[in-house]
Amino acid sequence: MNKENKLELYRMMLLIRLFEEALEEMFSRGLLHGTMHLSIGQEATATGACLALEREDLITSTHRGHGHCLAKGADPYKMFAELLGREDGYCRGRGGSMHIADLSNGNLGANGIVAGSLTISVGAALSLKIQKQDNIVLCFFGDGAVNEGSFHEALNLASLWDLPVLFVCENNQYGMSMASENAVAGGSIAQRAESYGIKSISIDGNNVEEVYNSVLEFKETIKSSGKPMFIESVTYRYRGHSKSDRNLYRTSEEIEFWKEEKDPLKRFIGKLTEEGVEIETLKEIESEVREVIRDSVKKALQSPESPKTNLEEDSYA
Amino acid sequence: MPEMTTGQAIKEALSLCLDSNNTTFIAGEDIGVYGGAFGVTDGLLEKYGEERIKDTPISEDVIAGLAVGAAITGSKPIVEMQFSDFIVNAMDPIVNQAAKLHFMYGGAVNVPMIVRGASGAGTGAAAQHSQSLESWFCHVPGLKVVTPSNPQNAYDLLLASFVDPNPIIFMEHKLIYKLKSEVTLGPLPKDSSILGNSKVVLEGSDITIASYSNMVNTVLNAVKDDSLKDYSIEVIDLLTLSPLDTETVITSVEKTHKLLMCQEAPGSSSIGTTLISEVVSSRAFNSLKKPPKLLAGLHSPMPSAKHLETTVIPQEEDIVIKIKEMIDNE
Repeated sequence: MNKENKLELYRMMLLIRLFEEALEEMFSRGLLHGTMHLSIGQEATATGACLALEREDLITSTHRGHGHCLAKGADPYKMFAELLGREDGYCRGRGGSMHIADLSNGNLGANGIVAGSLTISVGAALSLKIQKQDNIVLCFFGDGAVNEGSFHEALNLASLWDLPVLFVCENNQYGMSMASENAVAGGSIAQRAESYGIKSISIDGNNVEEVYNSVLEFKETIKSSGKPMFIESVTYRYRGHSKSDRNLYRTSEEIEFWKEEKDPLKRFIGKLTEEGVEIETLKEIESEVREVIRDSVKKALQSPESPKTNLEEDSYA
Repeated sequence: MPEMTTGQAIKEALSLCLDSNNTTFIAGEDIGVYGGAFGVTDGLLEKYGEERIKDTPISEDVIAGLAVGAAITGSKPIVEMQFSDFIVNAMDPIVNQAAKLHFMYGGAVNVPMIVRGASGAGTGAAAQHSQSLESWFCHVPGLKVVTPSNPQNAYDLLLASFVDPNPIIFMEHKLIYKLKSEVTLGPLPKDSSILGNSKVVLEGSDITIASYSNMVNTVLNAVKDDSLKDYSIEVIDLLTLSPLDTETVITSVEKTHKLLMCQEAPGSSSIGTTLISEVVSSRAFNSLKKPPKLLAGLHSPMPSAKHLETTVIPQEEDIVIKIKEMIDNE
């Protein structure tokens, strides 16, 4: 990976972090209707995975999907506009935080149902195969999804039919309040994939280069073999599950440990400076990203609300 | 015009779908070598190969989810729920995904897919293989629900469903599979405009009977009863349940002043209750000379024994009695 690639990884992680921090601020100012699920702390997985893909590769995303969406190339302005219920939003205010799709960049959409996108990713991969397209589908899901029946049905079929899916489990260690260690019998998520004949690895999901390199390698293997693969990317969310979470199921020491010792941005900044990247360069990128966020929020707040069209008609194509 | 069963007519329609679009595949349990539990897909594997006629594991969730994923990426899937009762294992992909994605993503995607399933009772298959769950899906915006009753309309409605850009729940009553009649095997229609049109299948002026699926056949047999030979009875086959064509029924009731709705499904929160509510709150209200009646299946799981099964499902004689009640007591 050259320096430019690395700076791009840094820029994207920062964009996701600042995008979600801006959302938090807007939420506290009462500007946002509804809840949202923030991925602050998990930026390395979304960034490393999506930047290792090509634009034509497809992704499916989750309720905690702002990072996936941005990393796959979405316009922050159109995302803010969506969360604000504006006409320029990706879904014209009909989807909101949990349901942004950006087909032009290969994002088949975020999904509010845990494991809801697993079977969809299998169907999308079958489409690619039928249509003889040389791309893959990367399916994001959380550790909570691995105990849903659809997880098992999807992995089984993808393996039986040799479908080009890269399953990426973002194991942030909690399914809402349920600790993964109390929810996953047998202990290992990655091993579940092996039992379906799917090669899997478990990686440090807060190490953006490790995520990027793993996805890049697996993507190429999938393209040559046609078979699905599986990555468990271990990470951690700093914020609550959603806005109503009081964090009663984990200690503040645990959260602080991850923030201080394992933060993906902090670690990557340390590594980049060790490799000789000037602090000034990183600061320039930071001010540029801050400007993008500031301008996007401002423009979104000024953009027109989604008109009350005939919603019953909009339910059908 | 060739004579064929409904099962054969559906197969003809499926073949035309497969011929007309090379992204179309059929997936489901035992649809390949076995030919489908009711023989509908018999021979398609030999003709189209296993890339397009895809036998799946017993995994209804992924069968339906597969269709959603394929549909939003430019393919045109048709999937089968072997018995439509098994659709309960596929509710998330159908209700939360297929029905929602077009709306939820602001119109950015369409979900053109068909979920076919064998519905209804009468074969002694008991409580978990005999249900008529169609009204569940009518409650979900974004889905269309289609219930053919004979070979010709099964052929025509399946092709219309195929050219429609929305997810379609296509419920085939088991007892219509073997019905035989002449079928005009027309080409693929230009649009799906016949979906949402009910049809007057028998004209009359004394009473309107609305029904759908195999119950239409029961009604048509019932009205041939000698004791009804002096009555002029109008029968409407609803054909599509969502969207529901109430206008045809309202117009008919304005003429006949009486409405009897017959269905195999239990009455509670059903097609019949919806239809009657639409009619009594319409301009036809003042034309009604009798309270509309709903002759529905009992609110009971389907029993296995034949004599009990026929107790749960409205029979021809029940319909005859109800018609006489409504006309004679005028």
